[in-house]
Amino acid sequence: MAQLTFREAIARGIAQEMRRDESVVFLGEDIGAAGGVFKGTVGLLEEFGGVRVRDTPISEQAILGAAMGAAMTGLKPIAEIMFADFFAVCWDIVVNEIAKSRYMTNGQMTFPLVIRSGNGGGLRFGAQHSQSVENWAMMVPGLKVVVPSTPEDVIGLMAASIRDPDPVIFLEAKALYSTKTEVPDGEIVDSLGTAKVLRSGSNATLVALGAMVPKAMKAAEELAGQGIDCTVVDVRSLVPLDTQTLLREISATGRLFTIEENPRLCGWGGELSSIVSEEIFYDLDGPIVRITTPHIPLPAADALEDMAIPSVERIVSTVNKSMNS
Amino acid sequence: MTTTTPAVSPLDLDDKLALYRMQLALRLFEQRAYDMFLENLVKGTSHLSLGQEAIAAGVAAAMKPTDWTFATYRGHAHTLARGVPMTPVLAELLGRSNGLMAGKGGSMHLTSVEHGVMGSYAIIGAHLPIACGAAWSAQFRGTDQVAVCFFGDGSTNIGAFHEALNFAAIWKLPVVFVCENNLWMEYTRTTEVTAVENPAADRASAYGLESIMVDGNDADAVYEVAAAAIARARAGEGPSMIEAKTYRHGGHSRADPGKYRPDSEVAEWLAKDPIPRYHTRLLELGASEDQLVEIERDVVREVDLATEQAKAGGVPGEDLLMKDVWADGGSSWRN
Ligand SMILES: Cc1ncc(C[n+]2csc(CCOP(=O)(O)OP(=O)(O)O)c2C)c(N)n1
Ligand SMILES: [Mg+2]
Repeated sequence: MAQLTFREAIARGIAQEMRRDESVVFLGEDIGAAGGVFKGTVGLLEEFGGVRVRDTPISEQAILGAAMGAAMTGLKPIAEIMFADFFAVCWDIVVNEIAKSRYMTNGQMTFPLVIRSGNGGGLRFGAQHSQSVENWAMMVPGLKVVVPSTPEDVIGLMAASIRDPDPVIFLEAKALYSTKTEVPDGEIVDSLGTAKVLRSGSNATLVALGAMVPKAMKAAEELAGQGIDCTVVDVRSLVPLDTQTLLREISATGRLFTIEENPRLCGWGGELSSIVSEEIFYDLDGPIVRITTPHIPLPAADALEDMAIPSVERIVSTVNKSMNS
Repeated sequence: MTTTTPAVSPLDLDDKLALYRMQLALRLFEQRAYDMFLENLVKGTSHLSLGQEAIAAGVAAAMKPTDWTFATYRGHAHTLARGVPMTPVLAELLGRSNGLMAGKGGSMHLTSVEHGVMGSYAIIGAHLPIACGAAWSAQFRGTDQVAVCFFGDGSTNIGAFHEALNFAAIWKLPVVFVCENNLWMEYTRTTEVTAVENPAADRASAYGLESIMVDGNDADAVYEVAAAAIARARAGEGPSMIEAKTYRHGGHSRADPGKYRPDSEVAEWLAKDPIPRYHTRLLELGASEDQLVEIERDVVREVDLATEQAKAGGVPGEDLLMKDVWADGGSSWRN
């Protein structure tokens, strides 16, 4: 066991897989000598050298195009898009090229690649460096979407994503980069499409993702003090989605609260609500409630950003109000 | 950039007869595809290479079977030129189950990995960076494979073109970019919307590349510049960009009559049709008229057979609909 930060876990996860598989290569802006703008890739250039860890120009289309071309010809690239907002300048490569090409070619091509990116707010960077884009990625057929919430999950899900034969969008909550927890030594390999029940309660189920997971846990603690006993589920993987675990845990309490950092419209909680309504409607004891960032660009000022992104207080008060109405 | 051009093996008469056959095959295939479009057998859209055959054929003649082609929506010719049989290509245009991708891709996305045709891409410019990635993989694995990427004159004004050229140059990738300058981007003359006269060649120096221009209606000339560029890429000397001047005989797509082009321009280029030119050259080199007639008969038979077989293909079944989103062959996004 060692204490590890979320950002150190990224480098450890990548290194674990690069040691194991020679065909894993890594490219992106400032990832090599600089160790990443969030210091998430420190030490990789030193260990694996400049042929496998390559700094690129500021050319997001070239980065992802290169990853795609390399993946279709036998490599397993990891590409970094520094801030998830920047997906907008290379979204064609993600959505039209990487996501569609296996289907269009009738399975002639396979794209074992991972695109990792710093996602979401909390760092007061303003609207163009703070958006949570998990809902952009989730709506695209052909992409897997993974969002870890702990250092241990970063390593295990990174390994699972790299070993997966399909394209994976791996979103790292920037707000979590400095969190530190105990992580077991040795190889850690998790599996995609598995949600995790972090806490079991009997009154309500809070379903959260990424940076919202620790907030949901804190809120659950406070709610317990107010007599509301909550289950907390960390979704971890939007595609594939572990609906079995989610539906089971939602049925068990009869109440669903989604806690989402993405702006409200077409957030992942909307899809989950629809699945729940169609499949376990009669198990519900009250309305589904979505707690999300409002449908606005994120403001920069700390006071304003804190109002926008779901907070522990907002979760507690929303759940409390809904449970007592 | 100084380049030492490795020796290129010249084409002998047999090679040239094969090159003639290929150009003719592309021509007659495209004419058949057009006829079948008018008969409403080819659905959706199609973009023909009529008039531009010398480029696809000449470049392919300079490639090894292990090299990779990246084509555009105007990619029937580039696909066939790598040795993909006509029947699956035509059947794909018809949306039949014996199509190259069983009808799941269509005219604009022809792909045959076993022939090194690594996709046809219909978003302008996107495949230039993708070709860089394949070239990077060849470089990384130490194979001698080269990626060849075709695109049009209009595609030189999109960001991906510029990102890819810089990327290929700094990583010294074994990739050859081939701009088919047919003067038009859809319905607009490219020079009217481009800062330079020669959209690809004039930009090459910005990326440290040599400016290479070639008569795209002369298959031998295309072969020579392509073979030299491919040899440089194979030798680890990095990327090249070739601008091949040509003209499309028909419209941009579907049944477009191309009326926006002056008659005099069309007439001028019809006179430079690559296929009669090559025919004349072969006779000068000592081929007999009989030989050339026999080649033509043979190609006609091939196109007719492909037409029959494509039309006889089945309708793709529902089993294909949900297949191959993922590598496990399925499309499931939840448990
Ligand atoms: C990003 C993008 N913008 C616009 C189009 C529509 N479009 C398809 S072909 C074409 C013209 C391309 O011209 P050029 O590159 O010269 O190729 P050509 O068709 O002449 O072979 C356009 C504008 C597209 N497919 N992708
Ligand atoms: Mg053009």
